[in-house]
Amino acid sequence: MIHFDNVTKRYPGGHTGLSNASFHIGQGEMVFLTGHSGAGKSTLLKLIGLLERSTGGQVRVAGRNLTRMKQRQIPYHRREVGMIFQDHRLLNDRTVFDNVAMPLIVAGLGHTEIGRRVRAALDKVGLLNREKAYPITLSGGEQQRVGIARAVVSKPPVVLADEPTGNLDPDLSREIMHLFEQFNQVGVTLIIASHDLELIRPMQRRILTLNQGRLESDDR
Amino acid sequence: MTGNSQKKRQSASFDTGRRLRPYTWLLRHLQVALASLGRFTRSPLSSLMTAAVIAIALTLPTGLHLLLNNLQLLSDSWDGATSISIFIRQEVEPQRLGQLVSRLHTKPGIDGVRLITKEQALEEFQQLSGFSGALEALEENPLPPVVVVTSRLETPEQAQALLAELEQLKETDFAQLDMQWVRRFQAITDIAQRAILVLASLLGAAVLLVVVNTIRLEIQNRHAEIEITKQIGGTDAFIRRPFLYMGVWYGLFGGVIAWLLVLLSLRLLEAPVAHLAGLYQSGFSLIGMDTPTLLVLIGGSTLLGLVGSWIAVGRHLAGIEPD
Ligand SMILES: Nc1ncnc2c1ncn2[C@@H]1O[C@H](COP(=O)(O)OP(=O)(O)O)[C@@H](O)[C@H]1O
Ligand SMILES: [Mg+2]
Repeated sequence: MIHFDNVTKRYPGGHTGLSNASFHIGQGEMVFLTGHSGAGKSTLLKLIGLLERSTGGQVRVAGRNLTRMKQRQIPYHRREVGMIFQDHRLLNDRTVFDNVAMPLIVAGLGHTEIGRRVRAALDKVGLLNREKAYPITLSGGEQQRVGIARAVVSKPPVVLADEPTGNLDPDLSREIMHLFEQFNQVGVTLIIASHDLELIRPMQRRILTLNQGRLESDDR
Repeated sequence: MTGNSQKKRQSASFDTGRRLRPYTWLLRHLQVALASLGRFTRSPLSSLMTAAVIAIALTLPTGLHLLLNNLQLLSDSWDGATSISIFIRQEVEPQRLGQLVSRLHTKPGIDGVRLITKEQALEEFQQLSGFSGALEALEENPLPPVVVVTSRLETPEQAQALLAELEQLKETDFAQLDMQWVRRFQAITDIAQRAILVLASLLGAAVLLVVVNTIRLEIQNRHAEIEITKQIGGTDAFIRRPFLYMGVWYGLFGGVIAWLLVLLSLRLLEAPVAHLAGLYQSGFSLIGMDTPTLLVLIGGSTLLGLVGSWIAVGRHLAGIEPD
C-alpha cells in the first residue's frame, strides 16, 4: 500500500526531515511510528499525505507515484488519505456536524448521503449526541474524536495520525488507540506517530523508529 | 454486489471523481452562491458599507452620464432645424421682398420662410427691450427687414453652403447662421463625455481595489478554513469559488445601490427641472435611467466584483498551504 524507496526530504534552509528511508507498509496494516522530537515522524506522514514533497527517492501510495504526481492531482490524492493531528484542527465557528462533513462536501456528495455518513462516523467515535455542539464546548478527548471522525468519514483507505494522544491522559489515550484498532479491523491502513512508547508497546504492532531522519529500526 | 457497481465505486473515487454531472455542478454552484450570500448577511453592516463605497463610486459617473444625456437631448431638439436670418438691404422695396420670399419658398432644401418686415421688427424690438420711447424719438425706422429661412440640413457643411448661397443674393445685406452655438455646445458635450469616461475608468479602478482588498481580508479571516480544506482534498477551484461569488455579490449589490442612488437623485431634480422648463414654456422633462445604462452599470459592477475577487484569490490563495 505504501512504498518508500530511499526517500529523502530536505527542507529549504538545509534542515533534513528524512534521509534515505526505505520501507513498505501493506494494505490493512496498523503501524506505529516513533522517535524523539525532531526525528522526522511528521515529515514522513506529510510525505504520504502530500503535504510535502520528497526531495529524493520515490514514494508510492496505492500504486500512485507521488513523486511524479501533478499539482492539480494532489487534492484527489489527499481525499484518499485521512489525517489526524495533535491539535485536531477543527473550525471553531462550525458545529461538530459541519466539521465532520467537510471532506464529503469537498468530494461533492449529496445532502442526504452526507447526513448519513457524518452520523455514522460520529456514532463510531461516540459523539452522535454532540453533532450540534461547537468544538470549543467539547473536552480535549472529544475534540480529538471529532478530528478522527472527520478523517474517516469519507472512508479513505489510508489514515495517518500525528501524535493523536499528545494532549490526552493515559486513559483517554488508550480509548483513542482502541478506536484505531476498530478502524484497522475493517481494513483501513493506519500509521500512527507517537513518542509514547509506554502506550504503543503493549499494542503489539509493528513499530518503525526514526532517529534524526533515518529509519533506525523496524520491529514487527 | 455486481462487477458493474464495483467499477462505478472505483471511478467515483480517484481518477474520474473530478467530473461532476451538469445538474450536480449547477446545484453546487447555487449552494456556494447562497452560502456566500449568507456570509454577507452575517455581518450586514460591514458588507453594506463596502457595497455602499462601491455604489457611491459608481453613482457619480452614472449620474453625470445621465445629466449629459439630458443636455444632449435638449440640444438635439433645437438643432433639428437650422435657421438662417437674412438681413435685407434698406433700399429693397417691399414688393421685391414679397418676390424674394416666394422664390425662397420654392428652393429645394428650405422648409420654411418667414418675413419680418421693418415694422414688425420694430414692434418686436419695442416689446422686448422696453425702449419704446427712445425709438419713437427716431425719425426713421433703423431696423432692416429680416427673412428667416429654416431648413432641415444634416451636416454643418450643407448649412454653410446654403448660407453662402443666400449671402450672394442681391437683396442680402448680410446673412447669419443661427446654429453656431449648437455646434459649440455639442463640442463641449463631447469633451464632457470624454471626461466622464475618464472619471468612470478611475472610479472603476477604485471599485476594483476595494473589492480586491475586501476579498483579501476575507481570505485572511478564513485562513484556517482554507488550510483545512486544502488538507482534506479541496481543489483550487472549490476553494476559490466562495470568494469569487463574494466578489460578485459585492459588485452586484454595489451596482444596485448605485442605481437606487441615481433614481433618488433624479427624483430630487424632477421638480426644479419641471419648474425651469415651465419658465421656458418647454415640455422638457428629465429622462431617467435608460436600459443600456442600467445594464452597463449593474453588469459592469458585477464584472468588477468578479475580476477584483479573481485578482485577490490569485494573489493570496496560493500562499496558504496546510502543514
Ligand atoms: N517546515 C519545515 N521547515 C524546515 N525544517 C523543518 C520543517 N518541518 C520540519 N523540519 C525539520 O525536520 C526535522 C524533522 O521534523 P519533524 O518531521 O517535525 O519531526 P517529528 O515530527 O519527529 O518531531 C526537524 O529537524 C525539523 O526541524
Ligand atoms: Mg511531529
